[in-house]
Amino acid sequence: MPTNSSKTILIVDDDIDYLFQLKLQVAKFGFNVVVAESQKEAENLLLSFKPDLAILDLMMENDDSGFILCYKMKRKYPDVPIIIATAVAAETGMTFGISTEQERKWIRADLYLEKGIRPDQLHKEILKLLKL
Amino acid sequence: MENLDVLVVDDEPGIRSGVTRILRNFSVSYPFMDDDIQFNVIEAATGEEALTIINNKPPAIILLDNKLPGIQGVEVLEYINNNQLDILVMMITSYASLDLAVKATNIGAYDFVPKPFTPQELKASMENITKHFFLRRMTKKLHKEGKIIRFKFLTVLSHELKSPLNAIEGYLKLMQEKQSGDNIDDYQEMIDRSLSRIKTMRNLIMDLLDLTKIDSGKRKRDLREVDLELIAQSAIDGMTPLAVQRDVKLNLDVEKQQPFMADAEEMEIIFNNLISNAVKYNKDGGTVNISIRTTSDEVIVKIEDTGFGIEMEDIPKLFQEFSRIKNATTRNISGTGLGLSIVKRLVDLYNGKMEVESTPNQGTTFIIYFPILPSLSEITGLA
Repeated sequence: MPTNSSKTILIVDDDIDYLFQLKLQVAKFGFNVVVAESQKEAENLLLSFKPDLAILDLMMENDDSGFILCYKMKRKYPDVPIIIATAVAAETGMTFGISTEQERKWIRADLYLEKGIRPDQLHKEILKLLKL
Repeated sequence: MENLDVLVVDDEPGIRSGVTRILRNFSVSYPFMDDDIQFNVIEAATGEEALTIINNKPPAIILLDNKLPGIQGVEVLEYINNNQLDILVMMITSYASLDLAVKATNIGAYDFVPKPFTPQELKASMENITKHFFLRRMTKKLHKEGKIIRFKFLTVLSHELKSPLNAIEGYLKLMQEKQSGDNIDDYQEMIDRSLSRIKTMRNLIMDLLDLTKIDSGKRKRDLREVDLELIAQSAIDGMTPLAVQRDVKLNLDVEKQQPFMADAEEMEIIFNNLISNAVKYNKDGGTVNISIRTTSDEVIVKIEDTGFGIEMEDIPKLFQEFSRIKNATTRNISGTGLGLSIVKRLVDLYNGKMEVESTPNQGTTFIIYFPILPSLSEITGLA
């Protein structure tokens, strides 16, 4: 059974405050953390690096940067679980859950999370996705 | 030329061929339509036949007799209503059954035409119903577009408002849990970041208020002769603290020629936004040159900076709401992503034109051309 510290999590978010806080939190769970502040930066990192799990912000340079990054990442590393995090709330009526079969084929994120989720919940979700 | 399909449903062949003949060379035109409208008549002898045609290719308009051999006209009408089809129905009824026609209009028929009708009566009815058809189509389209734009705006807005809240809340929790120990000094960075996010949020709210005022058109515009030099100078004064800190020099060059009519508050918003951008996105030790020139028919405002510049590919995004050009150089600069879209809207109010020239790493120049509105005395001829 591998321990947490041998697992590396990639966090991509253009909000430097959120990135800082999430990094702190995930590091406290005992994981190694690698961060990127944009879709581009993440793509460059991924050329030579394979994380064990990724947490991607949805709206970065563009409204759908997270989706596109997710798509590209799944093509390169189909086995790496991906969490898409967003601050866009259900109250706008916009759901980022996958609603159609077409989207399901295209965007293969393993989990959608709303930002502001409690740390213990996040920890549980990560462990579940990493099958730990 | 636009063609509308008209389905005529009547068991009398004479009525069907009559309608076809009357509408063959008939066209209508409306001031709100670019094209004339012609009609393509399709015939059905029974309600059943009509339903098949409706299901295959719904026509725009149906002329519907009620008394049919099989299912009745009213049943066809009900089918259309129940399936919410976008079809206008005009009942063809004999004078003897006018009450039925009234009933039909109550359950969704647009109008009725009593038979026998003259070609003129049919044409008049068709003109009426066609107009209604296009007005309804336009309303629907506008409604849909408006909805989508508003929806997108709200989605992005909620993102822009919630992100700072999440960040501040996160920092407060870190402090509450004393994640960095008991010494308050170790939290200074988190406090500074929180305050900075609050400031951005406040600016966003102020910008939103500006935008709402422009959008609603309710704000009273007060067009009078304005002194752009004074307005520019006051915008410069507002930015001086930051400019001094960044060692950015601000130069103002005004060449006065003729009076310019405008709303002072709107001009302030324009100058404040552009000058603040020119300082914020400048390099330390840079320069901002502001010039105001007046020709015989326009005022030309030029705001030139020696800043980071904008990549060619990013220029189209500049005036979009909430679009901030995000890259390594801009990430620490706080902005709402609304400023330039507000400026653009205001310039549009004056039928003005806005140009952007930019060279990455050298600087950006915004040029606005305001047409000069004739003053009241010029319009009335009174001195």
